[in-house]
Amino acid sequence: MDYVSLSSNFLFASFIIYMVAIFFFAFTIRDKNKPHKTSKAGTIGIIITIIGFLSQVGYFITRWIASQHAPVSNMFEYMTFFGMMLVFAFIILYFIYKVNLLGLFILPVAVVVIGYASVFPQEISPLVPSLKSHWLYIHVTTVSLGEGILAVSFGAGLIYLIRQIDQTVKSKKTFWLEFIMYSILSVIAFVVISTTFSSMNYTVEFQHSETETTVEYHMPAIAGPNDGEMMTDDKMSAWFKAPGWMNGAEAGRKLNSLLWSLLGGLVLYGVIRLVLRKRICAAIQPLVKNTNPDLLDEVAYRAVTIGFPVFTLGGLIFASIWAQEAWDRFWGWDPKEVWALITWFFYAAFLHLRLSRGWHGEKSAWLTVIGFAIIMFNLVVVNLVISGMHSYAS
Amino acid sequence: MEKIKCECGHVNPEGTVLCEACGKPIERNQHIDGNEKNKLLNMRYEGSARRSQTKNRNIVDKIWIFFSSVKVGVWLIVLTLIASIIGTLLPQEMYIPQNVEPAQHYRDQYGLFGQIYYQMGFHNLYSSWWYILLIASIGVSLVICSIDRFVPLYRALKRQKPKRHSNFIRRQRLFGKTEAVKSEDINKAVSRLKKKRYKISEENGHILGEKGRFSRWGPYVNHIGLIIVLIAALLRSMSTFYIEDYVWVREGETKVIPQTDGQYYIKNNDFLMDVYDEKDERYAEAIEKTGEMIPSNYETKAEIYEVKGETIAGQDPELTKINEGEIRVNEPLKIDDISLYQASYQLNEFQKMSFKLHRSDDEDETPLGEFTFDMSDPKKEYDLGNGYRVEVDEYYPEFFMDDGVPDTKSKYPKKPAFIFFVYGPDMEDYEVNFLTIGANLNPHNNNQYKISVTGVDMRDVTGLTVKRDHTIPLFIVGAIIFMLGVIQGMYWYHRRIWIHPKEEGVWIAAHTNKNWFGLKKDLEYSLEGTEIKIPDDQQELK
Repeated sequence: MDYVSLSSNFLFASFIIYMVAIFFFAFTIRDKNKPHKTSKAGTIGIIITIIGFLSQVGYFITRWIASQHAPVSNMFEYMTFFGMMLVFAFIILYFIYKVNLLGLFILPVAVVVIGYASVFPQEISPLVPSLKSHWLYIHVTTVSLGEGILAVSFGAGLIYLIRQIDQTVKSKKTFWLEFIMYSILSVIAFVVISTTFSSMNYTVEFQHSETETTVEYHMPAIAGPNDGEMMTDDKMSAWFKAPGWMNGAEAGRKLNSLLWSLLGGLVLYGVIRLVLRKRICAAIQPLVKNTNPDLLDEVAYRAVTIGFPVFTLGGLIFASIWAQEAWDRFWGWDPKEVWALITWFFYAAFLHLRLSRGWHGEKSAWLTVIGFAIIMFNLVVVNLVISGMHSYAS
Repeated sequence: MEKIKCECGHVNPEGTVLCEACGKPIERNQHIDGNEKNKLLNMRYEGSARRSQTKNRNIVDKIWIFFSSVKVGVWLIVLTLIASIIGTLLPQEMYIPQNVEPAQHYRDQYGLFGQIYYQMGFHNLYSSWWYILLIASIGVSLVICSIDRFVPLYRALKRQKPKRHSNFIRRQRLFGKTEAVKSEDINKAVSRLKKKRYKISEENGHILGEKGRFSRWGPYVNHIGLIIVLIAALLRSMSTFYIEDYVWVREGETKVIPQTDGQYYIKNNDFLMDVYDEKDERYAEAIEKTGEMIPSNYETKAEIYEVKGETIAGQDPELTKINEGEIRVNEPLKIDDISLYQASYQLNEFQKMSFKLHRSDDEDETPLGEFTFDMSDPKKEYDLGNGYRVEVDEYYPEFFMDDGVPDTKSKYPKKPAFIFFVYGPDMEDYEVNFLTIGANLNPHNNNQYKISVTGVDMRDVTGLTVKRDHTIPLFIVGAIIFMLGVIQGMYWYHRRIWIHPKEEGVWIAAHTNKNWFGLKKDLEYSLEGTEIKIPDDQQELK
């Protein structure tokens, strides 16, 4: 077997293994003893998680051998690696705090991240000159580890909120909690829908009337390109056109994917609500009642204190050293750089707020959620929507 | 200034909340740290007297109070954060195409929103005065916050005594009472604390176990690092520290390197742009999917020369080769304190074009005369001999039709076009020949003579950034100090455990600046196997 298929087998294996681990962590809910004391299901869960992690390390190494450069050079590779670092960060914090529930929340996020990664083109792509540097893996791996650890704080914060928010009455807080759930479901919906259509080889082609360039949709078009004409017959035609202020040849396709995931998420959420007959978080709440909110708050804060220096080192310091070599300026206000700075500012503000009374507990848990949203925005939206200079030749 | 004498005998400065020595809350100052309504004491700065909490007389005090507030600091961070987000909504001016009018570009591309964005100055947000002011305020806040807290905190930790006031002990977050305790239990606990590397000090049976105090200085160390980074950023605006320039060098050309006072020259021997082989099995799929060539290397083979001796005006200087090497992306070339970076390129610029003149009706196109147009040394007229001559009426280096009128986009010979006047021995007047690459655009076709292209010489141009940057070492120092400070503050913890004898029994209290979980584990470990009760957490989140 060649390295490429070996590596994708490893990745697939770890994807499955993580899901099995989630299953075992779910069993720990019924454990009567204190949540931070080891339980049998929890021990099995963490062992399986480690096996999954090692399998993913296997993916990483074999793909590195196959491509002859660190596999962190495109969206697929980067998101996968982020998922791996998320699991790694979870393993570290598990051994400090032994909170089984954390596995039940972090591993699904990791699984969704890896699933989302698989939507992007997976071929091994060559490196453009600016990426040819040792700093590629030094910088990317450190940033990713930092973001992984910071994301664990989101996991802990989320459990805290689910446990603490009053679910007996409808409020803004319950709405936003449900919104978090809905966002995660939308990503899942996106992964499912795009995988389904791509396995069906679904394509619709549009031609821009002005530039005569074509754009290919791999999902049925809800929103067509702004000035596009459909070139493929016998496929569903677009319901409406993307508004003109959206720029770029791919704007219509991106809007279309977004609409599909939002609608898909709505359907998933609706079905779950119908089955549960209550808010999702209200349904989860009894399951997390056993945890100690103080400990969750501590885990969330600790994850930030561990992750912040790592993120600074990778996302700002290593990043500028590399930028200095590749682009002759260590700081250039490129959107990606600015968003790294925004992330850094945000967690700096978080750490300072923790000094004051009244910012522990719930408020701080909401902040971890916002922090995670900023990280994901930088990973996904900045790469896909806001144009930056991450392509040297242009 | 008024001093506060505590019942333990220690004299504290005005504004002290908790006595520096024994920790007894000083009645009239409890409002400063908001202790009066709470059961637990606010231990943030050890209840020490900060300047910002004590002086409020003149304008300096007021400014000091403003910037020393963490709340203000956080607000400054949040405002900068929001401003930074706004700057990423649309591309900044430096990232829009060079050859367009910014005002027009933002309006055309992004409509009304773009127009407002431009008018608000958001297209240059990160160099706007208000953004720089925000960053500078953060800098000021860093300095003032740090000084305001570091000095009194240092004093308080230096003067703390193992014997604490009961009131202090009772109002710690981790606190426990044990009624009757044997002295060997206390000894056992102390020896276990020592095993955990706590420093033990004692005063009349009152014991303090302390470790990791140096982590308290972490925030101040990292703030120093940040200040150094900000100073480095400030120095960049001075040309002694930072210079940036650009030079285009054609293949075979030798050019002076800007910003070196004419001391250094660079010769471009060759410019290479390599692309990935589409037959390379590893990348074949990806290359096919992209549908275009993927570059693998940009490289300038360069020679560097230094001027020897005096330069005499009007005379070519005497050059000595001092260095030779390749400049690649990610691999700049350094000469002295100047670095040359591979930044851009232009492939296939026209260097020379050769033409021949022949009769229009001659199918063999037998040349009546030939000439070569050198782009770097264009002539007004070329004499072909035998009475034939060609006059260059117009030369368009980068030709395009502007509403039916020929014009040039730039002075760079990327797509040259010519209007030639042909004079011959058998002609009274001249004939007009309008030529560009691959086309003869003559207005009418009854010319007797015709000019055809016989050859072109092309060459590549490399674009190099020239930089002198003396601020980088400072940035590096700042970054290192910052990292050390953050690690010091985040990965170590200041833990203190007080053993406070009370009548027959003992009170135990403990405090840490972060990681309460770890402190609790230390307590569990050191009190294990003794009669002493493990302290309770008095601040459980509900």
